[in-house]
Amino acid sequence: MEKTINITLKVWKQRNPKSQGAFETYTLNNISIDSSFLEMLDILNEQLINEGKEPVVFDHDCREGICGMCSLFINGRPHGPDDDVTTCQLHMRKFHDGETITVEPWRSAAFPVIRDLMVDRNAFDKIIQAGGYVSVNTGGVPDANAIPIPKDKADAAMDAASCIGCGACVAACKNGSAMLFVSAKVSQLALLPQGRIETAKRAKAMIAKMDELGFGNCTNTGACEAECPKNVSISNIARLNREFLFAKLKD
Amino acid sequence: MWLFKSSIGKKLIMSISGIFLILFLTFHMGMNVTAIFSEEAYNGICELLGVNWYAIVGTLVLASGFLVHVIFAFLLTLQNRKARGNKRYVHSKAPAGVEFASQNMLVLGLIVCMGLLLHFAQFWYNMQFAELIGNHSNNLIGSPSDGAAFIKHWFSIPWVCAAYLVWFAALWFHLTHGFWSALQTLGWNNAIWINRLKCISNIFATVIFGGFASVVIVFYFKSLV
Ligand code: HEM
Ligand code: SF4
Ligand code: FES
Repeated sequence: MEKTINITLKVWKQRNPKSQGAFETYTLNNISIDSSFLEMLDILNEQLINEGKEPVVFDHDCREGICGMCSLFINGRPHGPDDDVTTCQLHMRKFHDGETITVEPWRSAAFPVIRDLMVDRNAFDKIIQAGGYVSVNTGGVPDANAIPIPKDKADAAMDAASCIGCGACVAACKNGSAMLFVSAKVSQLALLPQGRIETAKRAKAMIAKMDELGFGNCTNTGACEAECPKNVSISNIARLNREFLFAKLKD
Repeated sequence: MWLFKSSIGKKLIMSISGIFLILFLTFHMGMNVTAIFSEEAYNGICELLGVNWYAIVGTLVLASGFLVHVIFAFLLTLQNRKARGNKRYVHSKAPAGVEFASQNMLVLGLIVCMGLLLHFAQFWYNMQFAELIGNHSNNLIGSPSDGAAFIKHWFSIPWVCAAYLVWFAALWFHLTHGFWSALQTLGWNNAIWINRLKCISNIFATVIFGGFASVVIVFYFKSLV
């Protein structure tokens, strides 16, 4: 037989970026522990709609941990109590019967709340636009083995590239710093020959944009790394510091 | 100038000034420990650091390094609070693996500042400063270059010892994080080294703490017998 639990939800409700916002409490009964956290919220919204009330607004898209749309600060942790998963991959079996679950939006000056649990993460896109790309003319696809790349470099680049841009690092950081995200984006390109060439320019442009958008200064607390659903390492931040400082010293 | 404007630039200033203060602390600790073994040798060092041009220059450089560190500490902390936003999480816990020290560097720094004020009033004011204003004669405790006399006097008073130990403890916490953090800021490649660096930080902070604390404790017990 399927196991179910009854829970109480304390959810942040905020009509628009300007309004004050407050917590709203809901009770939900008979939630299957096999359902995902977002399925549970779907059930809540269906219940609210049937009662003629406003549903809770939250972000989501792929629901398989690859797009980075889902956010949610659940019981004091970005992406909830499980390790190394996104909110959409979180299951209700991580909660117990009768538990009160607090759900808040990412809170950071650079990520203003749009409505309820949905925040504006455009700042990340702006940072990417500032330099998170390789500017080469597209042409025929080159042979995969034409440029040999050492295995450790390829692996490190791949690990950095696993960042899905969810913003949990910013949400977890007491300084609202985006260094883990930016360092992942700089590293994934800096480690590979095609991206290497523009590293100095990229690091300077992306950091300038990051500072301009009001993200904080990293103090190496490591909360980002602990909460990142993709296990992006802060050794990437060291690499970003290195690339940035060398670039500035060369100028 | 990028050094003052960019986040990493400001962090670089924090890191360099921090490492500079660490180097000074290491020297100061070594000098203090000398007092346990030989009071004459210690007073010899005190004499060297009285009113000589190099001691004065050293003090000024040290003071400016310290000021830079404190000014940027406040600047960065204020900016970071602003970046965090006005709305705080009602429910939030530090994830496992996040050091206590790393989240409280400013508070720890302020405790270090307070300890420093006490230390200035009790030692520096009566020693280098006294000589600076031309007071070479004996005051209540001892002549300005008789450092050992000051040590013996102050560390026979229990509350002074306790205050110093609290001070060193705050410094211990500050250093367990600060040491490796400074290297991370400089961009030290630490994919493998990060755990080693953290371990070295703890050992280093403990050596500094142990060195300073041992002087207080040894002289307290010496004052009892
Ligand atoms: C002897 C005294 C001190 C030493 C040896 C020292 C050393 C350090 C070191 C090595 C760092 C790491 C820098 C980095 O992460 O790049 C640091 C960070 C810090 N220190 Fe100090 N410090 C001292 C005194 C103080 C004082 C008096 C204050 C404040 C009033 C202070 C506030 C801070 C803060 C807030 C940080 C974190 C800044 C950041 O990472 O952005 N420190 N310290
Ligand atoms: S580094 Fe991790 S926590 Fe930060 S945006 Fe990328 S995936 Fe999310
Ligand atoms: S919805 Fe795409 S990662 Fe969660």
